[in-house]
Amino acid sequence: MPRAKVKRKSTAIDMTAMCDVAFLLLTFFILSAKPKTQDPIRAEVPAATVETALPDQDFAAIIIGQGKAFYKIEGADLKIETLKLMAAKYQMTFTPEEIQAFASTESFGVPISQLKQLLAVPPANRAEVKQPGIPVDTNINNELYNWVHETRTADKGLRNVELRVAIKGDSKEEYPTIATVIKTLQKQKVNKFSLITTLKQK
Amino acid sequence: MAELDTSGGGKHKGGKVRSKKASTRVDLTAMVDLAFLLITFFILTTTLQKPKAMDLVMPDKDEVTKEQLPVPESRTMSVLLGTKNKVEWYIGLPSKPLTAPTVDGFGKNGIRKALLENAARIKQESGGKDMIVLIKPSDKSTYADMVSMMDELNITNNQQRAIVDISPVEIEVLKTAGLY
Repeated sequence: MPRAKVKRKSTAIDMTAMCDVAFLLLTFFILSAKPKTQDPIRAEVPAATVETALPDQDFAAIIIGQGKAFYKIEGADLKIETLKLMAAKYQMTFTPEEIQAFASTESFGVPISQLKQLLAVPPANRAEVKQPGIPVDTNINNELYNWVHETRTADKGLRNVELRVAIKGDSKEEYPTIATVIKTLQKQKVNKFSLITTLKQK
Repeated sequence: MAELDTSGGGKHKGGKVRSKKASTRVDLTAMVDLAFLLITFFILTTTLQKPKAMDLVMPDKDEVTKEQLPVPESRTMSVLLGTKNKVEWYIGLPSKPLTAPTVDGFGKNGIRKALLENAARIKQESGGKDMIVLIKPSDKSTYADMVSMMDELNITNNQQRAIVDISPVEIEVLKTAGLY
């Protein structure tokens, strides 16, 4: 009687399905990743135990660091609308190219008189430009006041919602700078705003 | 060509020369390796942590003062924020505090303990009324101190709080403690 032979199996596995899954996941991660935006100044956010997430739209952030204030508007349409209102307020005209450049700007910190020069710089070189910060003081009608005010007006007009203002301050920033910004916000009855923090354990 | 046919001959005798059929299967191992390497890279580099936001409500700064209830000093705890990430707290008025000003740090054994103890004591003494905390950041304190202080109040569940400007008397109190 002949011996029953053990059939030798091939060691090669079909990799097709595995490859499919791997690339599917890869695509997902690449598409879901949001590029990290570089702020013109380094602001190391303080840690707190709050767990409310920051909204994705209808909000503007004031970045404070090294005694300077920078402003950031979320959403391209809101940026364009705000710029138009600001241009009307300061009697300036922006070309369509400049408006487009502004819509793709993340955050900026120049007085409005220098905004045209900043927008003329290509985005790749903008990190090298020294930005002096948006003028802010305790008087009414400083530039930051107007930026926030016009953004709120624009958001009301576009989506009919109240703009949320967030403050992203550097941990080491001394309190007077923060107080000036808070006072500016309170002057236009923005008494509720968010402080951007990172998560920490209790 | 100048090759020796050692294959014994006679194999293709008269028969057609068949072209060898190449397998259509490709070895995907290397491709899968690469894909997983990239996945690992993307998982590790993306920060899933979104920035969080702490809501801060400031008292309405209306010039027209509405009717305001007098605040009993026995229920008011003032926290002065000084340098070196330290705070100093007392209950009552700065000129004649009901408890001696105490220097504390942040964290579990620092100001949080004081907040909890005082809140419980004041609630008992005043018959169920909450403690009012006034945060007074000095010009030398940092933004992180203010956020930590607000966070401590969130942790201890204090609802009655306000950030107010510091007065010269209180700066003197901080100076004596070496925190200004």
